[in-house]
Amino acid sequence: MVQLTLPKNSKVGKGRHYPAPAGAKNVKTFRVYRWDPEGEGNPAWDSYDLDVDAVGPMVLDALIHIKNHVDSTLAFRRSCREGVCGSCAMNIGGRNTLACTHGWAEVPGKDVQISPLPHLPVVKDLVADLTLFYAQYASIEPWLHTTTPQPQGEWLQSEEDRAKLDGLYECILCACCSTSCPSYWWNGEKYLGPATLLQARRWLVDSRDEATGERLDALEDPFKLYRCHTIMNCAQVCPKGLNPAEAIAEVKAMLVERVV
Amino acid sequence: MAEAPPGARARPLSPHTTIWRWHITMAASILNRVAGVALYLGLLIVAGWALALASGPDAYGAYTGRLGSLVGRVILFGVSVALFFHMANGVRHFAWDLGRGFAPKTADATAWGSFAFAIVAAVALWTVALTNGAL
Repeated sequence: MVQLTLPKNSKVGKGRHYPAPAGAKNVKTFRVYRWDPEGEGNPAWDSYDLDVDAVGPMVLDALIHIKNHVDSTLAFRRSCREGVCGSCAMNIGGRNTLACTHGWAEVPGKDVQISPLPHLPVVKDLVADLTLFYAQYASIEPWLHTTTPQPQGEWLQSEEDRAKLDGLYECILCACCSTSCPSYWWNGEKYLGPATLLQARRWLVDSRDEATGERLDALEDPFKLYRCHTIMNCAQVCPKGLNPAEAIAEVKAMLVERVV
Repeated sequence: MAEAPPGARARPLSPHTTIWRWHITMAASILNRVAGVALYLGLLIVAGWALALASGPDAYGAYTGRLGSLVGRVILFGVSVALFFHMANGVRHFAWDLGRGFAPKTADATAWGSFAFAIVAAVALWTVALTNGAL
């Protein structure tokens, strides 16, 4: 359901201010969303004035700097620090992206504002609960379905058929796209969202998969697929440069093609 | 959805509308819906015009008099902008349904184009209407 404002317990107040260390020449302010399940009160924007001469180029470098040198209580997810794992997906400067591949100097405006992925329950600080997102991904059965007997070696595929997976297999399931989508904000429990639908397309277009019909049946639903209104936020924010909106359109076209 | 552990505080919802930095495509999408709603209201004006026409010269004169007033003209101009904007976005959606125009740069350009078309076409329509004495 459309709820444009945040519920009462989610309104973000003013938090603490951490001044820059003495002698800092280049100071930049990072405004970070904070909420502690063991604390009290509402979420708050803490602001950290960092000496950016001591900070690496990426937003993740700044967060690690805060955790190591300013405030060890800050919670965020990170792992690979090179845009492969998708753990550090968050909202930076009003857009979803990966903290590890996004430079803080690229963020427009004076301050760098960092909050969890939008419209999700917050576990702590920048860590959002992605349980529903993963359950939706599992619901499309993202593995090869076959009925023919297992071949002696591998399931073979021509180079042309393999090329059809380009632009789909690169998805790292970081959830930047799904949580950027207003349709997913309002109908997240019924609409599968861009990431899951892009993955659905990845299995629909795989020449080795033998369950295309069943997969399409499962998607033919007013909410699961057709809540995509081509708002395009997904393609605008994907940190891997993929285009979920286009993949969704291709799924819709497959559903039309099989009846005409 | 996974609940917070028993006894723990309810989890807050992370901010969305309050923090999002809009893309032009997002603005075009919601304004296309707004324009659609505006066209329903515009249709009521047209229906009112037909009713006035059927009710005789006095009612018709009073109705068109009101439409021709400054407020009436501003509203009608707004409806014509909404019409052209909705039309341009209809073409964008048609292209998308054919699988074209999904690259973010293309979608940005066509979004800007639909805004420009709506204003230019509405101004052109009104210029023609004003110069040939229709208003």
